[in-house]
Amino acid sequence: MSTVKRKTQSKPMDMSEETLLKSFKPASDAPTLTSLAELEEKEIKKLKNVGLDFSEHERIGTYIQTNCGVAKCDCHMEGVELMPITEALKKYDWLKDYWWKLVAKEKDVFTKETAAHLDNGYFIRALPGAKVVYPVQTCLYIRSENVAQRVHNIVIAEEGSELHVITGCSTHPDLTSALHIGVSEFYIKKGAKLVFTMIHNWGENVYVRPRTGVLVEEDGVFLSNYVSLKGVKSVQTYPTARLAGRRALARFNSVIVAPEGTVMDSGSRIILDAPETRGEIVSRTISYGGKVIARGHLVGNAPGIKAHLECNGLILAENGVIHAIPELEAHLADVDMSHEAAVGKIAQDEIEYLMARGLSEEDATATIVRGFLNVKIEGLPPELDAEIQAAVAESHKGI
Amino acid sequence: MLHIEDLWVDVHGKEVLKGIDLHIEKGETHCLFGKNGSGKTTLLMTLMGFSGYKVKHGRIVFKDVDVTHLPVNERAKLGLGISLQRPPTLKGVKLKDMLKFCESVPGLGKNLAIQYGFDSFLERDVNLGFSGGEIKKSELIQLLAQSPDFTLLDEPESGVDIENLHLIGEMIKKLLQKDVHRNRQKSGLIITHTGFILNYVAADKGHVMMNGKMLCRGNPQEIFEGIQKYGYQECMKCQL
Repeated sequence: MSTVKRKTQSKPMDMSEETLLKSFKPASDAPTLTSLAELEEKEIKKLKNVGLDFSEHERIGTYIQTNCGVAKCDCHMEGVELMPITEALKKYDWLKDYWWKLVAKEKDVFTKETAAHLDNGYFIRALPGAKVVYPVQTCLYIRSENVAQRVHNIVIAEEGSELHVITGCSTHPDLTSALHIGVSEFYIKKGAKLVFTMIHNWGENVYVRPRTGVLVEEDGVFLSNYVSLKGVKSVQTYPTARLAGRRALARFNSVIVAPEGTVMDSGSRIILDAPETRGEIVSRTISYGGKVIARGHLVGNAPGIKAHLECNGLILAENGVIHAIPELEAHLADVDMSHEAAVGKIAQDEIEYLMARGLSEEDATATIVRGFLNVKIEGLPPELDAEIQAAVAESHKGI
Repeated sequence: MLHIEDLWVDVHGKEVLKGIDLHIEKGETHCLFGKNGSGKTTLLMTLMGFSGYKVKHGRIVFKDVDVTHLPVNERAKLGLGISLQRPPTLKGVKLKDMLKFCESVPGLGKNLAIQYGFDSFLERDVNLGFSGGEIKKSELIQLLAQSPDFTLLDEPESGVDIENLHLIGEMIKKLLQKDVHRNRQKSGLIITHTGFILNYVAADKGHVMMNGKMLCRGNPQEIFEGIQKYGYQECMKCQL
């Protein structure tokens, strides 16, 4: 009996990050998409699953980058600017004050690579006082084999503005290996609010290295939602939000499902540098055989701050690993910081409680998994919320 | 309707039930008294089929079906329902969803919640932050939606304040069809430590359990009065 071996470009596990980076070719050498009409049906389907709405109904703007090229960039809302970062850098001289200010250029091989060879990225800015109900959608899409995509994004919510960004990141369904580097710097000015929702749906041999810095000023609000329900080779991310002004608030919600073969090293850090600031990190992770490192770090540097970290994991396959690392760091007495972390399997008494109401064991388990992943994601448009709920409902069926 | 024959049950390797015989006919409500730790809850959990309660000997026959080793949901489908003393919290599962799983008729659960002034809990996670009394109310609304033929009630009055005891009593009466006097179809077994629920719900027979055995049976009101007067000490002597 002969088997058809699928061509994969699996990298050795013990490869250094530098060697890993070198094993990919630059996105700038890969062909780019000039029109969305070139997208195949299966691609469209996958992109819809990361929240991309092609009809742009209930979206105020769209930015789609494939490999290094911008396939679409338009925004039809007064008070909101959307353009490729390369253009914005040319247009606004002042942007240099925001460029590499929250993420260090020299941080690691990936930031150095992005600083040296930028492919592109998005620039989104809500002008002072602009309040938008519907989100701007962005999509960072890798479409060619064995490519490293190097992206640098800037989002600025000016004073008193409100902005919602939905970012879907994905790779071509047939693609076997790729690397995505995404440097993001978010500025939330006085009294502004940014809701940032990121949905990942990569491929089995894709490496992902986001590097994110967030600055929140007085009375500013930053809400981050991260959803990753599908398999990916390796993600390593640790966004850091610094609350620099009085009463600023940051909240990170993550919903992560790790199938077999996935290594998901995902954390969130909030540095509470100003009085009366508040921070919350909530992560829900499920391993179906993959490895999850769920990190969380709260740093209390000012009086009257309040911060909470919640890190819960379910292992639903024998060989799954969840490593929760919650950290609280207080530098003075007048802080209120707490954490709870729990890792394990689904409690049998919960399953049987539902079975006593007539549910089969399978339905009872699915109900509990759904409930577990049901983190209240604030500010999502109802349709995207419904999509995420549907994806969560599917996730227990195995990937 | 429910026949328990010489039932021996182990919990975590410890013998808890030691040869229980109990027969409850259609339309009857029985009451089970006993001190804490006498094995009452173990009996109810075993009847519903919860794991951790290992039947070593004997059998449970419900509606002529031997259910001794049936999974929990199969028993529920046959018409067994239970109100747990301390049900687990289901994070992320809303009460309205739970009621949908229970309800025999679509929309029944929600209507019941409104009827019993519990509709403000529909959007809340099941049992999360519920008070003792709220847990009991939630359990009974679920059961009323489920409408089982045989109801197992574990300490339905514990943690309920005086004002709500009457309402809990009304709900149990409805569950056990106490408003039907001829051809009553519903049966039940109520565990009570304090016996106070008898002031609201009439039972047909009473049993006293001690150290995993049935000690005596009789008129539930008389047994309750005896326990109130002399305590369970008297039952111990009775055993001798």
